Amino acid sequence: MSLTERTAWELLTLQQRGEATALDITNAFLATIDRVEPQIQAFLHVDAEAARAQAQAVDAKRRAGQPLGALAGIPVAIKDILCTRGQPTTCASKMLQRFVPPYDAHVITLLKQADAILIGKTNLDEFAMGSSTENSAFQVTRNPWDTTRIPGGSSGGSAAAVAACEAPLSLGTDTGGSIRQPASLCGIVGLKPTYGRVSRFGLIAFASSLDQIGPFAHDVTDAALLLEVIAGHDPRDSTSADLPVPAYRQSLDTPLESLTIGVAREYFGEGLDAEVESAIREALRVYQSLGATIREISLPTSPYAIATYYLVATAEASSNLARYDGMHYGHRTSQKVGLIDTYCKSRSEGFGKEVQRRILLGTYALSEGYKDAYYTKALKVRRLIKNDFDAAFAQCDVVLGPTAPTPAFRLGEKTADPLAMYLSDIYTISCNLAGIAGISIPCGFTRSGLPIGMQLQGAPFAEEKLLRAARMFERATDWHPRRPKL
Amino acid sequence: MSLTIADARKIAQLARLAPSDAELATFTPQLSAILDYVDQLRQLPTDGVEELAHPLPLRNVFRDDTLQPSLPVDEALANAPARTGDFYSVPAVLDAGSDESHA
Repeated sequence: MSLTERTAWELLTLQQRGEATALDITNAFLATIDRVEPQIQAFLHVDAEAARAQAQAVDAKRRAGQPLGALAGIPVAIKDILCTRGQPTTCASKMLQRFVPPYDAHVITLLKQADAILIGKTNLDEFAMGSSTENSAFQVTRNPWDTTRIPGGSSGGSAAAVAACEAPLSLGTDTGGSIRQPASLCGIVGLKPTYGRVSRFGLIAFASSLDQIGPFAHDVTDAALLLEVIAGHDPRDSTSADLPVPAYRQSLDTPLESLTIGVAREYFGEGLDAEVESAIREALRVYQSLGATIREISLPTSPYAIATYYLVATAEASSNLARYDGMHYGHRTSQKVGLIDTYCKSRSEGFGKEVQRRILLGTYALSEGYKDAYYTKALKVRRLIKNDFDAAFAQCDVVLGPTAPTPAFRLGEKTADPLAMYLSDIYTISCNLAGIAGISIPCGFTRSGLPIGMQLQGAPFAEEKLLRAARMFERATDWHPRRPKL
Repeated sequence: MSLTIADARKIAQLARLAPSDAELATFTPQLSAILDYVDQLRQLPTDGVEELAHPLPLRNVFRDDTLQPSLPVDEALANAPARTGDFYSVPAVLDAGSDESHA
């Protein structure tokens, strides 16, 4: 097995045994990037020299016997919506094409402290708005399992980079499914932590009450490893929870006794692909064979989740993206016009179509005469969605269902119909509205060889239980070691 | 259709966007379709339900009001579209002129 097909924890072990250096590992991933990027196009920016210099510094520390961080010598790819000091951070938008942040996001600081190798910045739907990564202003990322198909989105570059073995780990962000859905479509693990588990400082805001940063990995152990590094309180994000971070990996391989799995009947309705459904039913049988109890539950408000989300998220986006006015940073029109026209032209030139659509929708939902009917109504339904989950977690430990209604769809298939694209997030969106935790793990393949993912959702700050439940399934199956042929 | 081209143009002005007529002709039916879809929320009774704006039960979070180092001027201005000395350079604010239609 080549270095790049290995998991992060295997690469850590190889370094500890002296069988590979951080530089060997980094060079191997850089070589894979060179080889597969022409087909995959996961990265917007790779700084090979900086990555090699970081690796050499880790190797020097190891030789000198100095203490090393939890991710020493492990390359991590970063969604290009997380600020990296002195490195471009574009949000895949013309608006920020030349933006170079003067500071690091909190998670970047933590990765550097953990001696990780920051190998590059990955493609996304512009400002994380989309489900296929086709809304990037710069390039189209392809699914490593079938390059005529989308990798999912909005963190499609980060998911494709791990699936294609261009990095063993990556960071994404999840506002309505943007980690879990691409993880599912690319056949890897993707975790959206509880709202507040990870600091959002330096995450360029889309919808502040929904956004959360989380890991992509080949397996649950690696996801736990990366979560341990990035989780925790940060005074610079007052919504980051001041709660201790458990050592998630310590308990990971201890199966949960008397695990009760909730199955929501609303997750098996119209629109669910037959092959995805049968993979999920099979996963339930695996859990039963491991001694879990399956309990049918109901999340009665979930059919309203997409409507709720596209009011709440767009309202917050219209407010957050008001800052891009061409004055302090970002694109400014070259036309010599007055102040207001400079705002309007800079924004219309800098933002792509989907971003403009969402700003328009959110502006409408907050405008005088419509706010009560749209935004306020959506906040009330959001409460009902959260109440559904509170009631569910009184009856079960985790909720299991499909992550996405279908396997990866074809490039261009849904770009002309925004509403059809929105519906691909139907199973992931409630999790963000309720602020709970969710993980997608591989649970099968279609006859044509496309990955299928299942989602487990857990109560707020119950990541330890969620990861253990996910690991129980992973130990009993062999979907996670598969890699695409590229 | 729940939204007219004139409605969409007004929203665009509020949002400080300047879509072309062709773009408005595309956006309007798309936004209408999304608004028709979200109208399903009206079916759900929510009388007496408390709004949920945020998933955490946080109220105000305070910190000590102490001086912290801030960015050096050159770093703060490094991303400015235009700069004059130690200042951002912007179009004249008080010369409204052609902007009155947006007021």
